[in-house]
Amino acid sequence: MHPVRKRRLIFVGLILGAVALATGAVVYGLQKNMNYLFTPSQVLAGRAADYRTFRLGGMVENGSIVRDPHSLKVDFTVTDGDRTLPVEYTGILPDLFRANQAVITTGRMQGGTFVASEVLAKHSATYMPKELAEAMAKAHAKHHVVMPATAGGAP
Amino acid sequence: MIPELGEVALILALLLALVQCVLPLLGAWRNNAALMAVARPAAAGQFVFVALSFAVLTWAFMTQDFSVAYVAQNSNLSLPWYYRFSAVWGAHEGSLLLWILILNVWTVALAAFSGHLPPKFAARVLGVLGFVSVGFLLFTLFTSSPFGRLLPAPSNGMDLNPVLQDPGLIIHPPMLYMGYVGFSVAFAFAIAALLGGALDDDWVRWARPWTNFAWAFLTAGIVLGSWWSYAELGWGGWWFWDPVENASFMPWLIGTALIHAQAVTEKRGGLRAWTLLLSIFAFSLSLLGTFLVRSGVLTSVHAFASDPRRGVYILIFLGVVVGGSLLIYALRAPKVAGGKPFALLSRETLIVIGNLMLTAAAAMVLIGTLYPLVGDAFHLGRVSVGPPYFGSLFILLMAPVVLLIPFGPFARWGKADGTALGRVLLIAGATALFGGVLAFVLGGDARAILGTVAACYVGAGVVLYARKRWREAPAGRRYPAEMVGMLVAHAGVGVFLAGALLTTALSVERDVRLDPGQSQRIGAYDFRFEGVHEVRGPNWTAQQGRLTVLHDGAVVAVMHPQKRVYSGGQVQTEAAVSAGAMRDLYVALGEPLGNHGAWALRLYDKPFVRWLWFGGLMMMLGGFITSGDRRFRARRMRAMPVPGTATLAPRESAA
Repeated sequence: MHPVRKRRLIFVGLILGAVALATGAVVYGLQKNMNYLFTPSQVLAGRAADYRTFRLGGMVENGSIVRDPHSLKVDFTVTDGDRTLPVEYTGILPDLFRANQAVITTGRMQGGTFVASEVLAKHSATYMPKELAEAMAKAHAKHHVVMPATAGGAP
Repeated sequence: MIPELGEVALILALLLALVQCVLPLLGAWRNNAALMAVARPAAAGQFVFVALSFAVLTWAFMTQDFSVAYVAQNSNLSLPWYYRFSAVWGAHEGSLLLWILILNVWTVALAAFSGHLPPKFAARVLGVLGFVSVGFLLFTLFTSSPFGRLLPAPSNGMDLNPVLQDPGLIIHPPMLYMGYVGFSVAFAFAIAALLGGALDDDWVRWARPWTNFAWAFLTAGIVLGSWWSYAELGWGGWWFWDPVENASFMPWLIGTALIHAQAVTEKRGGLRAWTLLLSIFAFSLSLLGTFLVRSGVLTSVHAFASDPRRGVYILIFLGVVVGGSLLIYALRAPKVAGGKPFALLSRETLIVIGNLMLTAAAAMVLIGTLYPLVGDAFHLGRVSVGPPYFGSLFILLMAPVVLLIPFGPFARWGKADGTALGRVLLIAGATALFGGVLAFVLGGDARAILGTVAACYVGAGVVLYARKRWREAPAGRRYPAEMVGMLVAHAGVGVFLAGALLTTALSVERDVRLDPGQSQRIGAYDFRFEGVHEVRGPNWTAQQGRLTVLHDGAVVAVMHPQKRVYSGGQVQTEAAVSAGAMRDLYVALGEPLGNHGAWALRLYDKPFVRWLWFGGLMMMLGGFITSGDRRFRARRMRAMPVPGTATLAPRESAA
């Protein structure tokens, strides 16, 4: 084969191989690391059963926050207005975490409790993450759920 | 009255931008020198009016004119003056104005320092920049004017988001925008070259200093952002793969590929089409970054109140820029001739591989960042992509690049000498092995060993090449700026790797509950919690903790972390950091526990964490040094010197 053509062929082969490899890695990586967001109703309806790790979103139920007196363990209940799910977390809660506020937690179910490895409470008193607001609105078309304003307000 | 002047100035700037866009491009097309000559005065005039408009907004902040809605939303009577100054770009509208101002700074600089460019080419470059400016000015005026009034004026403002009240945030956005916007210059050069059809390699040589300069600023912006999130967000992390970080990181990856591809095109004429394409992509990703950050489509700390009109406008603008430039590219690029041939083992090949990996990494980040949006649009569920996706894939893609770094400078253009590269591999490998064994003996885990190995390997490559130049190149021509820049930046990669991997491996991070007087051991340090008392700042009150840190019984630091409540009611954690070259101690207040003064505390011992930012700053410095190379300022490159020694041509410098 002509040396120039041969070189080109090697390059094209290398590029195609690299693209195939990268695509495979991206697809695999996405599958492993995608976290779906569910509300307590959806979890209790078994929608999250296929996922080991997922995100649970909702409001922190009033009066449900219980601190362990000797450690950083904290229990609270997340509600979407319909159903509730107990959540357990060990660590420091974010600045904006409080009762009646939107919260998104990442973790997994252990028995009937959601054990969170991360708790996010976003940005200001009037703000609820858009995706959570929509998920909750969908779950509760039939109810009137008191929700904070869904528009921006966040910095 | 004064705020309206700002608006009027912006409208005048828009008119001048239109002039700067249309007339010079027309002139270059019709060969009309008078029309082309309009470009520079129009650019200067536009700059004056944009600067005036920016000054008006700054003035409104300084005088606390709460009748301006934007000021009322982002300032407060008790906000200190320096944060009122940075509040100008604290939210969407003002940051767009900053974008435009910086674009004008770049344009004026280009107008001033482009005397060596052929008039037609300069006219086209300024015309393209005028087009970009028109796009942004229209966007600002129609969807995001910062001069809208709020009547009746409130007696006090809502205050700047406390997360943004940090010295790092005063300079982080301008640095980042200098980088983003700077890529518009590389873009303008590429489009001008495509429009002109004169696709020889002169344009690349003229574009290189500008591109390196922009890349250096972008690097600085990203480093500052990382340092800010470390100090301000209270988590002690330095990179989160947050959509907004990704938005600035994608143009950086493509920009890094671009500055290397430009070197190939300029010196060997190779990769011409690829360099053009990268110039287009780097700027497109900068635009996309602006879109992602400012339109609020992604939930993130930086996402401002969203307004669908803005998103639609930016999408259209993005479509015009990307679609239009790719169309021009498709029409013209087939005419691009190939450069000098190169062998499979050559510097060109190494740069091509590096380019592919960097581009693939940028694509990977793009997919991960946009996937939640796509999933949402197609009703695949509400997903978020976890940081491990980015982290593991990024390491996978970048490892080969790091492996190649030492060989780049040694591999000659055209055809590299295999045995010479083998020797480099041997020495760099031996150094790396030595470092690895040392790290193992000192008791590091796998990541610590990997970090030491990578740093030694890259460092050895840099030292070897510097030594080779010293011994073989003629005195006075040993270290041209371009090469020094390359060596400094590559060494920066090594320092960064050491810092990133060592701090990941060796950090001790604990969230603990402490009563006053109680101690907690973190690594080799004892943190003694002395309690919390209240302090007041200009626009906040805080619970301020006091911790004494002891090492072998001796006090090494007294730290004061704060939990602030701002006048607007927002709570903000201010971590206390005791910085050091070899380690940082880091304390953040969690929350009060019980009624006896106990607090939840986040205590970190973070060895080598400064190194990763220092490495980043070295990369930045490398970019600046490279852009200062005198060779780039020559009008035409003629009289290629005869290759000197058998092993080294004098011109054979940095990639």
